[in-house]
Amino acid sequence: MDFIQLAISGLAQGCVYGLIALGFVLIYKATEGVNFAQGDFMMMGAFVTIWLTNAEYLGINFWLAVPIAILIMGILGYLLDMLIIRRMFGQPQIALVILTIALGFIIRFAAGAIWTHEPQLLETPFAGKEVRFLGFVLGFEEVAVIIVTLLLTLFLFLFFKKAKLGKAMQAASQNQLAAYYMGIPVKKIQSLVWALAGAVAAVAGILFASKGAVDPSTGLLGIKAFAAAVIGGFGSLPGALIGGLIIGIIEPFAAYALPAGYSQITPYLIMILVLIFRPAGLFSQMHSKKV
Amino acid sequence: MRFVFKRSYDDDIKLFKHKMRAFYYLLLLVLMLSLPLFLDSFFLGEVTYVLIFSIAGMGLMLLTGHTGQVSLGHAAFMALGAYLNVIMLEKGVPFIISLPLAGIITGIVGAIIAFPVLRLHGIYLAIATLAISVLTEDIIVIAEPFTGGVVGLVAPQIDIFGYNIDRYSTPIAFYFLVLFITLFILLIYRNLLRAPLGRAFIAMRDSEISAQAMGVNITKTKMSAFAISCAITGLAGGLLGHFAGAFNHETFNLILSIQLLLMIVIGGLGSIHGAFFGAILVGFLPQIIAMVRDVISNSFGVSSLAIPGIEVGIFAAILVVMILFEPMGIYGRWIKIRTYFELFPFYRKNMFKRQKSYLKTERMK
Repeated sequence: MDFIQLAISGLAQGCVYGLIALGFVLIYKATEGVNFAQGDFMMMGAFVTIWLTNAEYLGINFWLAVPIAILIMGILGYLLDMLIIRRMFGQPQIALVILTIALGFIIRFAAGAIWTHEPQLLETPFAGKEVRFLGFVLGFEEVAVIIVTLLLTLFLFLFFKKAKLGKAMQAASQNQLAAYYMGIPVKKIQSLVWALAGAVAAVAGILFASKGAVDPSTGLLGIKAFAAAVIGGFGSLPGALIGGLIIGIIEPFAAYALPAGYSQITPYLIMILVLIFRPAGLFSQMHSKKV
Repeated sequence: MRFVFKRSYDDDIKLFKHKMRAFYYLLLLVLMLSLPLFLDSFFLGEVTYVLIFSIAGMGLMLLTGHTGQVSLGHAAFMALGAYLNVIMLEKGVPFIISLPLAGIITGIVGAIIAFPVLRLHGIYLAIATLAISVLTEDIIVIAEPFTGGVVGLVAPQIDIFGYNIDRYSTPIAFYFLVLFITLFILLIYRNLLRAPLGRAFIAMRDSEISAQAMGVNITKTKMSAFAISCAITGLAGGLLGHFAGAFNHETFNLILSIQLLLMIVIGGLGSIHGAFFGAILVGFLPQIIAMVRDVISNSFGVSSLAIPGIEVGIFAAILVVMILFEPMGIYGRWIKIRTYFELFPFYRKNMFKRQKSYLKTERMK
């Protein structure tokens, strides 16, 4: 019983990690840049939703607030790329890393200035409800997180497989120049990828905020999601999700089995081991670099 | 405009390009030496802090600016240096041995860590070092018998041949100690860049493959870069321990790692000046912001301008503007201004325009 419940809550947490990692991978695949602010995007998405739906702020109906929040974050991602990130084109990767770290700081500062540093809870219509399934008592939020993640994954899978835009994104990420020759507006596509990453971050934020309180430093969770992305392989979308699940599931069990202090380092230990022995990740789509 | 006629190959690696420049640096040295005469102990402390950060910045600059290996985990090596130094001092090792030894051990540890990490490139290296920084924080807590865990350690008074140096009771002596170490490291760094090893570092940064073709042993060179960089950073950590007085795992958290990297980027990657400029900005920015805030609140009668975290926000905003408009950092801007005056009416706007460069892919086509 204990085992199943630990696994389910770990799975739910892993889904959030996986979704943040998905944002990293989306951007990495499209632009070969790493967005270190993805965790802060997630935090921002959570706060935007809280701002829209909580009674003390705007108090909009939850089901209306969610798509608005996702839209807002999508627009934010698009604007970020259009106004700032695109200027970095052609500069070394590390410049983008530093830029996104700085953006993360700014987002964290802005969130702190607008919504204070107090931890806040998202008011959801299903707060505190339980699901009884085959004799297990599970929190409704955790089940919802897992289901939403599955649906989102399915949606993204179909999007990249069937939709014209998804195919264009894949083409632009595989070979920018060739895609450009084929008439794909690569710049616009890249901005749209950032928008998609922002939207995914918003979903991750909403799921995270429905499970527990968020405060501006929640964005630091992004570092754990990094570990997830690395474990899964930076270039693989399913890999990122699986990496997130691996970390999410291992964490509660490590906390259960190991003395305090050791459990929190397990994700990073796994990540370093993966980096040393399989630098391209467990589910890599990358091959060795050519001259 | 001054033209330097080179008469021998040695002129290429002279410590100072021409005599005038040597004179300017001498002037700066005299200024630094006479600083205690006209600064009170608070500002002297701030300058000391900036110098310590300059040392750490030089450590990271060697690795990131001159070898091209990005590290997001240098706070870990600062922590190692600080803890090793204080642990040795507590065991009765004199300061004059414990600090260099702490640096050397940190360097060795850095080389050992570098070995598996070496295979990683660019972004992966940054992530791996980031993980090292996060791990170090937790390991310090776990290794409580040595590190004091969450409580941390208290740095004892520095004792050099019976002469006691302490940040609070003898700030001037502490300042001179740090200044001496800074100059020492600076000299080593400057000379390293003139030596084959330093040139191998730069060659490797510009193109690993061509460096290899020129006979540079990549593994060995990268390991030495890591070792030297970590040793310098470890020294800075030891000094920071003494400066802070008491420290624990949170003194050397991930934010410090990020701050170090941001510092050298703002200062200007690939130049020793950059480490100093960056440290000056990082060190004095909180004071400047506080002063500006006081001025604003006094003149406009606004009483509560205290938004938490505004320092970090402004710092990050400066950074974004800097990266977008001046990728070469403060040093790059300084070079431009200097050239403008040196060439006075003939400076052209695009003189320092970068060659067009395209995104180099890391994926195989």
